[in-house]
Amino acid sequence: MTTYDTSTGHDKDDVDGGGRADGDPQQRPAEDDAAEGGEPLDGAGRAAAVDFAEPDGEGDMSSADSLQGGDEHTLLPHLVAHLREHRTKLRQEWAGRIGESHLLEAMTPQEMSAETTSVYDNYVEVLETGSVEALQHYARDLSERIIPRGVETHEVVGIVLLLRDVLARSLFEKYQGDFSLLNRVLDAYEPAANRIANTVAVSFVDERERVIRQQQDAIRELSTPVLPVRERLLILPIIGVLDNERARQLTEQLLVGIRTHRAKVVVIDITGAPEVDESVANHLVQTVDASRLMGASVIITGLSPEIAQTLVTIGVDLSKMNTIGDLQGGLEEAERLLGYTVSRSTQPQVL
Amino acid sequence: MTSVDSGPALVSIQRQGPYLVASVHTALDDSEMVRFQHDLVERIGRDRARGVIIDVAALDVLDSFGSRTLRNIAEMARLRGAVTVIVGIQPDVAFAMVQLGMGTGSVATALDLEDGLRMLDLRVPRSGAIPVPGGDGPAVTGAL
Repeated sequence: MTTYDTSTGHDKDDVDGGGRADGDPQQRPAEDDAAEGGEPLDGAGRAAAVDFAEPDGEGDMSSADSLQGGDEHTLLPHLVAHLREHRTKLRQEWAGRIGESHLLEAMTPQEMSAETTSVYDNYVEVLETGSVEALQHYARDLSERIIPRGVETHEVVGIVLLLRDVLARSLFEKYQGDFSLLNRVLDAYEPAANRIANTVAVSFVDERERVIRQQQDAIRELSTPVLPVRERLLILPIIGVLDNERARQLTEQLLVGIRTHRAKVVVIDITGAPEVDESVANHLVQTVDASRLMGASVIITGLSPEIAQTLVTIGVDLSKMNTIGDLQGGLEEAERLLGYTVSRSTQPQVL
Repeated sequence: MTSVDSGPALVSIQRQGPYLVASVHTALDDSEMVRFQHDLVERIGRDRARGVIIDVAALDVLDSFGSRTLRNIAEMARLRGAVTVIVGIQPDVAFAMVQLGMGTGSVATALDLEDGLRMLDLRVPRSGAIPVPGGDGPAVTGAL
């Protein structure tokens, strides 16, 4: 793939790219024929295949089918040569189909061109070698680059299936004169093409799952920071939706934090939590009670009107909940409970 | 209940100034719990203790009978003239107790022995009068 890429591939790209008029399907057979004529390997391959096909011309389809196993090794190299020969045209047709289907719109035309070239070459290489390892590696690498751009699974699978269809159609045109040969060509092509589509899809999904796992770990670590602000005073700012899993983490980290920091007062600020459901609200109340069992008072600040309503609606016992409007008020109350008095001794150092 | 008073004590009760410190070393079954209650209430009278600290830091589980007995001990101690503080409840135990709806009632709780002693200093009146639960306590308490 790489040698091809650096030599004939790019030369051909330039020449064909200029002369081609937006993938006019009418022109394809003529081009194919002309190309075949000038390509001794392809021409020979076709002749050989036709020769080979002739003896069972009288036989039925099933006897032709039975030859497929032996054919695969002889046919695939010809397929590969054909696909390399028409690389630029097929790649452009494929890129056109991608555009029509509105796939990968997050990418710029330059990126599209570069990636489709790479995918095409990888594709042909897998057909040639039968080994998906390099493709797997490339697909994972590609996924790593495009997942942050918001590319979806269906797009990636979509473009690979489009390429498969574009190539299959090209093979169909090339071999349509000989039906049994076409059958055997497709028999050789299809399993390999399906394996490629499978590999790319699996690599993409694997990569996505890896990213998701990584992000979940990050959220788990970051979501409930327990911050000491003064001796024996902790604050827990909660940002984002509190679901059951996060509420459980919050309880665990808070109770362990109380022990580690020997906290006497804890301020839980839920300004950044848009809403809580009933079970999470109950969990919060239980956390407050459990903190009390460990000798710490909890002050809850930043209750939104929605959350206040939820708490009232579910009828939890709020008499033991110490709530203050905002975080500033909560800190002031906490300092009062701990006996701190904060006063300004000099003029401010900042203007 | 013949076995109640036999065998080695699983709770050590030590005197610390005007207070008693009862350290629970291991999980207690029901009869051991009853024996603990009996021993502690008796010691309060004998030592004329004004405060009691029950340290449960060694427990990784506390069942409903256990927490009810602790509540009863605190109530009996109050009737005998001592304030009770439970200290050292582990995070997991604390949350499990809350989830099972078995708090410590009106009994005060504190983080550890040091905090518990400080809490008793604040709560136990110097004059020697009978302490009033929920009375002139500090602003910050662990009381439920």
